[in-house]
Amino acid sequence: MNKPDTAAPLLEVDRIRVRYGDLPVVEDMSFHLEQGRIGCLLGLSGCGKTTVLRAIAGFEPVSEGEIRLGGQVVSRPGWSLAPEQRQVGMVFQDFALFPHLTIADNIAFGIRQQAASRREARVRELLELVGLGAYARGYPHQLSGGQQQRVALARAIAPRPALMLLDEPFSSMDKDLREQLAREVRAILRHEGITAVLVTHDQLEAFLMADEIGVMHAGRLEQWGSAYELYHEPGSRFVADFVGQGVLLRGTILNDHQVETELGIIDGSIDPAFGRNDDVDVLVRPDDIIHDDDSPMLTEVCDKAFRGADFLYTLRLSSGARVLSLVPSHHDHAIGERIGIRLDLDHLVMFRR
Amino acid sequence: MTNSLARPFRLPSPWRAGVILVALVLALPVLTVFGFVFQPAGEVWRHLADTVLKDYVFNSALLLLGVGLGTLFGGVSSAWLCSMCQFPGRRVFEWALLLPMAMPAYIIAYTYTGMLDFAGPVQTGLRDWFGWSYGDYWFPQIRSLGGAIVMLSLVLYPYVYLLARAAFLEQSICVLEVGRTLGAGAWTGFFRIALPLARPAVIAGLSLALMEALADYGTVQYFGVATFTTGIFRTWFGLGDAAAAAQLAALMMSFVFILIVLERWSRRQARYHHTSGRYRHLPRYQLRGWRAVAAFGLCLLPLLFGFLLPAGQLLAWAAQTAERTLDAEFLRLVWNSLGLAGAAALLAVLLGLFMAYGKRLRGSYGVAAAVRVAGMGYAVPGTVIAVGVLIPFAWIDNRIDAWMRASFDISTGLLLSGTLVALLFAYTVRFLAVSLQTVEAGLGKIKPSMDDAARSLGLPPNQVLARIHMPIMRGSLLTALLLVFVDVLKELPATLILRPFNFNTLAVRAFELASDERLAESATAALAIVLVGIIPVILLSRSITRARPGHE
Repeated sequence: MNKPDTAAPLLEVDRIRVRYGDLPVVEDMSFHLEQGRIGCLLGLSGCGKTTVLRAIAGFEPVSEGEIRLGGQVVSRPGWSLAPEQRQVGMVFQDFALFPHLTIADNIAFGIRQQAASRREARVRELLELVGLGAYARGYPHQLSGGQQQRVALARAIAPRPALMLLDEPFSSMDKDLREQLAREVRAILRHEGITAVLVTHDQLEAFLMADEIGVMHAGRLEQWGSAYELYHEPGSRFVADFVGQGVLLRGTILNDHQVETELGIIDGSIDPAFGRNDDVDVLVRPDDIIHDDDSPMLTEVCDKAFRGADFLYTLRLSSGARVLSLVPSHHDHAIGERIGIRLDLDHLVMFRR
Repeated sequence: MTNSLARPFRLPSPWRAGVILVALVLALPVLTVFGFVFQPAGEVWRHLADTVLKDYVFNSALLLLGVGLGTLFGGVSSAWLCSMCQFPGRRVFEWALLLPMAMPAYIIAYTYTGMLDFAGPVQTGLRDWFGWSYGDYWFPQIRSLGGAIVMLSLVLYPYVYLLARAAFLEQSICVLEVGRTLGAGAWTGFFRIALPLARPAVIAGLSLALMEALADYGTVQYFGVATFTTGIFRTWFGLGDAAAAAQLAALMMSFVFILIVLERWSRRQARYHHTSGRYRHLPRYQLRGWRAVAAFGLCLLPLLFGFLLPAGQLLAWAAQTAERTLDAEFLRLVWNSLGLAGAAALLAVLLGLFMAYGKRLRGSYGVAAAVRVAGMGYAVPGTVIAVGVLIPFAWIDNRIDAWMRASFDISTGLLLSGTLVALLFAYTVRFLAVSLQTVEAGLGKIKPSMDDAARSLGLPPNQVLARIHMPIMRGSLLTALLLVFVDVLKELPATLILRPFNFNTLAVRAFELASDERLAESATAALAIVLVGIIPVILLSRSITRARPGHE
């Protein structure tokens, strides 16, 4: 690539469509990422998120739309810049370390054309960065999963790629290691100032790593935004359901700032597209329902899950509808008990029924 | 931005064209042979059809039937005993039963002839013992169809043994244990459960053994049994009719196709016969007393007659004649054989790598079909390939010669057909499958993410092969080299037909000396072939003991 266009975002995915034979896998997908940001594609397996990643890397051709890196087109229908010419680093789900090369040689693989002294210095620097300085002469099979992960990251970072792609990078780890590694990897990407796109099905991983998250469903992008936006301002029923927990409660629009539900009248800003007396579903998150012993609104506990600092209660309203509530764990109520709640909803999210 | 127009993973089109071209060229011999089916039958063909054709068909069919029964019995019984029972010597038999594979059929055939004919040690001993003389007693004639069946069965049963044994070991032990809880003893368990489950594998092994039996030339020629292979030879050299030889070869190919279909079908079936993925250490049936002796004997027989006895006889002959046979001529034979086998092995592995990698890069229908076609040669008998190589090569030679003479008044003579080129080409056609299979298996073990990782780190596809795949699969490549090397060393009929004038190999020399009744002198060359042939047997036996489910 010659001089990057500083005005354009580093990565632009512009209305791309990818198909395997006749089977459409990604439809009308667009997003962009500024230099230094970490983006994430979040979705269930088979939603097409990995295919988008592979299209950005140059492994899959696009049948419509364009992918641009630093303002330069790298993929368009009928033409695609070869992966080895894109300066895009990739960390694979199974790490794909070369088993016949030492750790140091693995990391040096992408910078094999550099002078020996520069190359060795860079390898040493990266080994220190990922905390594996002692393993330079070892082979991949001698390392644990987490260590292999770090080597894979160091190998991809070594050539200072313009963009880094990470495909389900922590899926093979247990939960504790996953969180720790996600923090480490984020710190390393920040340290190197690398723009990255991550693909995962795990929302906590996405929240931990990414500045911007795109939720994908059935080959389409449902919503692109920050973790906060996805959680509190979901743009679709799918995103509301997929990101975080919560239930949809029936309601009726009273006027331009009020909705009536079983839990009472909720105030908030209402999209003018909704009209008076429209039937809607209102998103109620567990943290919107506050346990209050003094509240006259009583609900029956029908399930509870201890989560350490808090309980997640499933509560049945008099109509039979159920809501979730996050309650500090010293409020230990038995199943079948009736407890008081009140609603404290900051973000009014509604979908037409 | 460099405007490279290569789309990702679209093969550089020379590569794709190359794969298809190689497959077409390799299919040339078989296509040539089939081309003659549509030629009007000539005088010689009518003569053949009236006289010997039915002998060829009848003898070949009987040979296949006999060898089929022999290899089935020897292979399945020994495989069952070695995989499911415990008796003294089992551990040794487990690998030693493969040894007869190292023994080419024509070598075992003339070794036994030397031992069993009138002047041989067995009959001489009988006469001395009982005071008989010529004509007083009946002794089975080894040089007969029955003899050929026994010889071929003795060296080909390991194909059935190998696949049946693998199938028995892979059978989920649960199935057999369920059988036991339902009251099935060892025999019932074998006939009602294990054997039906192993049937696809057994049939696959059987069809491989039958392909070899059909392709055999040395044994049937030496024993004077008229089959397709000897018929093709006779028609070509005796009657000098290339067209009739090719037509005979085409007829023979219909037998081969039945075997190919049988093998493919049974391999497909085999995939559905794994009911459970759970494996445990196999609790073997403990054999004691006469049962242990019987099992020992049953496993010893094929090993003794298929390898120990003939190898011992060869050794004795070689020791007797070593002074005369180990001369400069012998060294040249060794050099010719090793050089030829080495060159052919290198060629086959390079082409195998080229085609297997082409298929990996872009498994399009055309490329996959081309690779499949290129791998079909293992089923085609060497005689058929030789005929199919010689006809087009001679035609090309004549054309070039005529053109050069007309244009430049230079006679080029035989550029292809009388040279090592023809021989190497025939070996490649026949043995590419061996290297292709090994290389494909090796490549298959390398995850596709490895390719992607290398490319995202800046390596173009052809360098990915050189820097990632080849180093990782070094072991598979060496195995492929070795397997082709040994196969070429043992190959007889194609070498006999295609070798340049006055060019001899160990196999050819051994066969020629034996045909001249100079059995003892041929032993040195034969022994050399057997010794080299043991190497892949060792490889095989090591790999089967390693690849046992439920064991680390």
